[in-house]
Amino acid sequence: MKNSPLSFFDEMQINLADTDAASVRAIYSDYNLWLKSVPHHQLNSKRQEAELLFRRVGITFNVYGDDDGAERLIPFDVVPRILAAEEWSRLSAGAIQRVRALNMFLHDIYHRQEIINAGIVPASILANSQYRPEMFGVDVPNQIYAHIAGIDLVRTSESQFYVLEDNLRTPSGVSYMLEDRKMMMRLFPELFRRYSIAPVDHYPQVLLKNLRAVAQDGVHEPTVVVLTPGAYNSAYFEHAFLAQQMGVELVEGSDLFVQNNSVYMRTTQGPQRVDVIYRRIDDDYLDPLVFNADSMLGVPGLLSAYRNGGVTLANAVGTGVADDKATYIHVPAMIKFYLGETPLLENVPTYELSKPDDLAYTLARLPELVVKEVQGSGGYGMLVGPAASKKELADFRLRIIANPSNYIAQPTLALSTCPTLVEQGIAPRHVDLRPFVLSGKTVTLVPGALCRVAMKEGSLVVNSSQGGGTKDTWVLQEAIVDNSSASATLDNNVEEAVTC
Amino acid sequence: MLSRTADHLYWMARHIERAENMARVLDVTYNMSLVPNAAESEAALWVTALEISGNVETYKHDYFKHENDEYTAAGVIHYLAMDINNPSSIYSSLRSARENAHAVRVAMTSETWENINALWLEFSQFIDQDLAKNGLREFCDWVKARSHLFRGVCFGTMLRDDAFSFVRLGTFIERADNTARLLDVKYHLLLPEQEEIGGAVDYYEWSAVLRSVSAFQAYQKIYSDSIEPWRVAELLVLRRDMPRSLHACFDEITLILEHLSGARQTECKRLAGELHAKLRFGKMRSIFQQGLHEFLEEFVKANNKLGAEVHKTFFSIATS
Repeated sequence: MKNSPLSFFDEMQINLADTDAASVRAIYSDYNLWLKSVPHHQLNSKRQEAELLFRRVGITFNVYGDDDGAERLIPFDVVPRILAAEEWSRLSAGAIQRVRALNMFLHDIYHRQEIINAGIVPASILANSQYRPEMFGVDVPNQIYAHIAGIDLVRTSESQFYVLEDNLRTPSGVSYMLEDRKMMMRLFPELFRRYSIAPVDHYPQVLLKNLRAVAQDGVHEPTVVVLTPGAYNSAYFEHAFLAQQMGVELVEGSDLFVQNNSVYMRTTQGPQRVDVIYRRIDDDYLDPLVFNADSMLGVPGLLSAYRNGGVTLANAVGTGVADDKATYIHVPAMIKFYLGETPLLENVPTYELSKPDDLAYTLARLPELVVKEVQGSGGYGMLVGPAASKKELADFRLRIIANPSNYIAQPTLALSTCPTLVEQGIAPRHVDLRPFVLSGKTVTLVPGALCRVAMKEGSLVVNSSQGGGTKDTWVLQEAIVDNSSASATLDNNVEEAVTC
Repeated sequence: MLSRTADHLYWMARHIERAENMARVLDVTYNMSLVPNAAESEAALWVTALEISGNVETYKHDYFKHENDEYTAAGVIHYLAMDINNPSSIYSSLRSARENAHAVRVAMTSETWENINALWLEFSQFIDQDLAKNGLREFCDWVKARSHLFRGVCFGTMLRDDAFSFVRLGTFIERADNTARLLDVKYHLLLPEQEEIGGAVDYYEWSAVLRSVSAFQAYQKIYSDSIEPWRVAELLVLRRDMPRSLHACFDEITLILEHLSGARQTECKRLAGELHAKLRFGKMRSIFQQGLHEFLEEFVKANNKLGAEVHKTFFSIATS
């Protein structure tokens, strides 16, 4: 089944078949004029310049299973995704609402479990492999579990956004949001004069402020560190980047040790106490004494120190239970339960294949659906029905039947497209959006996001591990004057804040 | 700062310095090969390049396939410049420098990191080149220039904190080692027979040694006289105003260790002070009486020991 391009919402063109200037959406009209005035080869040379700079700066990632272990660039697209101020305020309010509810859910599920007692979330969630019984009854500062959350959003029409998934463990990609912006300002300064684009580069400062705010009581000048699995991790650049931007140490597991429930790092002047660890290592590898005993990445005794209040981990241990695909379906109900509010952002309709009816429906319509592993991530282990071959469909069908509860299914969403520079020129490619929500004393997000783009024509998979690229995301500070509607100026407050 | 970070920074600087010195040795040896009768044979000339870096045995093991194999310019150049199996080749040194930098890119300024990363990316242009045939001079110049650039970007952009000190420490410990080895091999080769000193070949040999440590002009300026081996030795051992001399290196090393140790009485501080005193108060006459070769050999050993002490004091902290 091949969709005609007309069935997709395009961020720039009202009608993709009509390239007339009149068919361009108001927020893109200035950009479109500029784009028309720039010859293709010039855009191409800008793209090459960007690649050269990224390579020189070492903004690269490692791909697992790649033999040569070479560092690769994530393709960078020079055409930005533009969001109107009012669109952004709606999305950010929805993302903040969602993260507040998810943090309350995590606190609840590791304490009184009221949401289970109320019958809103089934007790089977406690058997989920991402649920950490070690965390039961443990109090974390400010009751925050997901200090950094990446909320994946997709758009299917002018007004319809969906939350594709929540990333509450160690979401990555924010360095691309920041570096893509820097690159765009360097390549196209004239565009930044034409448009009033909300800045994003204070993200590391907000992050640091939040991390310092969640130190244990009584620590006045908390020492914050970033914990990385090391230089061979696929996101090492980002770990190094954030540590540098925050001015804190980038540590590996072997740099830390635990003594009397406190964590220390080995420095040239002897041991130094560590209060807050922004860890970019999964739960399973954090502490070889408790989790994966073979892990060389973690710190022996870390979990015990953590549970006894000797150190703060961000994100907390055990957040995986809340971003699991089996939990995802309950998030709208959580928002109502904990906040008494109507969800501002919608979930994608989801079929749980553990339910016989949903399973039967899914198997009958496999070629139309997207099927995902409940605990998969990074675009691995997933079936995109419309793009799959007969053989792939047949193979996946067998895997589903063998273990239905391992899968969920969703309708194939008509992900919006955004103009993108490809070999033939500018062409529409599918995109998603990942804003990063930060929770400390307040819940905030900077006005920007990681925008991922599937570089292959027609592809709906935007993950970098599957060849996806990134775009700069522009949130406009002021509403654009449209012929059909009166202008409205939002106040200059670029950060939305909700006090916990 | 983190011990691991300090460790990486220190070794990053050592490897860059090592690559530079190796390039100097290759450059000078190549120049000598253009002087008629500079050595008995191609083999006799090029084996000295191996001796300086202490690589004769491993070279034989890796390159001699038949009984009559000789040292060749092409073989030695490849071995010292490009051989990935030789841990002290320029290739290996620069790769290690870049790997160390990559592991702690946070601890240096972005300019410093980008400089080293660019160095490694640029290096690939030489990889398939047959340097023995052509381009060796350009290659050596490039390595030296990149090393100068590295020190410059550190000096010009880094905060004067411990990270900066460890970078400098690595540079000077490595440089002291390299200068001492170079001098030792050359001196050892020339002097024992006590004949023909002052001949044309000696002149070229010693001016080559001077050039290899960028000291030829300094020599002319200070002594404005013919090149005498004992003056060359003095220049490279005792003159503190000669930036690649042992004395100059230890002026820096003692200062840095004083700063890094703070109030602590560390063994590395004491050891450096002891070596420094020998260079500061030593006389060339008594060094010659003891034997320059013995003096340099002892120096290289003590300098190695200092390296080990630095490691013990700063990089491997016991957990309690």
